[in-house]
Amino acid sequence: MSEASYIWLILGMSLVTYLPRWLPLAVLAGRRLPGWLVEWLDLIPVAILASLLAPLMAISAATGKPDPLRPEFLTGIITVIFALKVKSLSGTVIVGMLVYWLISSLI
Amino acid sequence: MKHQPAETNHRVKTGICQGIIAAWPVCLGYVPIGLAFGVIAQKAGLQPYQIGLMSMVVFAGSAQFIAVSMLAGGAGAVSIILTTFVVNLRHFLISSSLAIYMGGTRKWLLSLFAYGITDESFALNLSRFKQGNWGITQALTVNHVSNFCWITATVAGGFAGEFIPAGAFGIDYALPAMFIGLLVMQLKGRRYIVTAVLAGTLAVIFAMILPGNFYIITASMLAALGGVLINRRLKPEQTGE
Repeated sequence: MSEASYIWLILGMSLVTYLPRWLPLAVLAGRRLPGWLVEWLDLIPVAILASLLAPLMAISAATGKPDPLRPEFLTGIITVIFALKVKSLSGTVIVGMLVYWLISSLI
Repeated sequence: MKHQPAETNHRVKTGICQGIIAAWPVCLGYVPIGLAFGVIAQKAGLQPYQIGLMSMVVFAGSAQFIAVSMLAGGAGAVSIILTTFVVNLRHFLISSSLAIYMGGTRKWLLSLFAYGITDESFALNLSRFKQGNWGITQALTVNHVSNFCWITATVAGGFAGEFIPAGAFGIDYALPAMFIGLLVMQLKGRRYIVTAVLAGTLAVIFAMILPGNFYIITASMLAALGGVLINRRLKPEQTGE
């Protein structure tokens, strides 16, 4: 790919990435929204986090099937318990990393 | 802006410090992913400055990985751009849920903020906005510190990524662990728990049957809808607001 077409490529990529990030802020911020929409949007962050995490934890990259013995899954359980007990984000990140390091070097 | 009241200045400075302190898990997580991206991009034939340019103007982790592997496979620009669009459609949802907290913010600041919205910066900023005493200064700082780490890590990967051992100190788990921490912090009330369980279950099922990362957007939208419906069914008096 030539230098010029590479520049066009990343400009195009940045446009289609920026639009979905910008449009909802430009349209929705500061506007009075219907109650059901606010209620729905309020649940979206939790839903997105769970949707990002669950397949990452549960599904084996090798087989594409759920695998409860994956280090990611085992670490996830311990990290969730820690996060529930000790309400600290930095603590959760550090514990998650250490447990993952330990479990993946054991398995 | 020749003269700014000292108090405003001080508030902005405090906000920037708070943002920098808050951003560390994101930075930590971006380092291994950014290095890995740099290595792959370099193998696909990109120069370090081209890698940095992409990280700067696109700033979207998964889309960049996909773009580079498509480049290596000889795909054309149009199909890469279309794929990028589809992969990043979830940002519509993310930005919409952030919009609730961006009421009094000036338009140009909103446009600048939009540039730095990723899964990670969003998750961090949103949970802070919900806790209160978080503003556009802090949120913008989180976005741009994360952006800086991403650019630096990807370029470094392009130069020297192959010499860095993979998987050290469990650093690959920094971002999942941050997501877990942020998710658990937001489970305040039955409707959030119901939605999270629903979303997780749907996402696992959809991830096995839908192509690409469509499972994120479909599972999130359906689970949030389910959460609203279940909540209204169980507590019909609350529906008015």
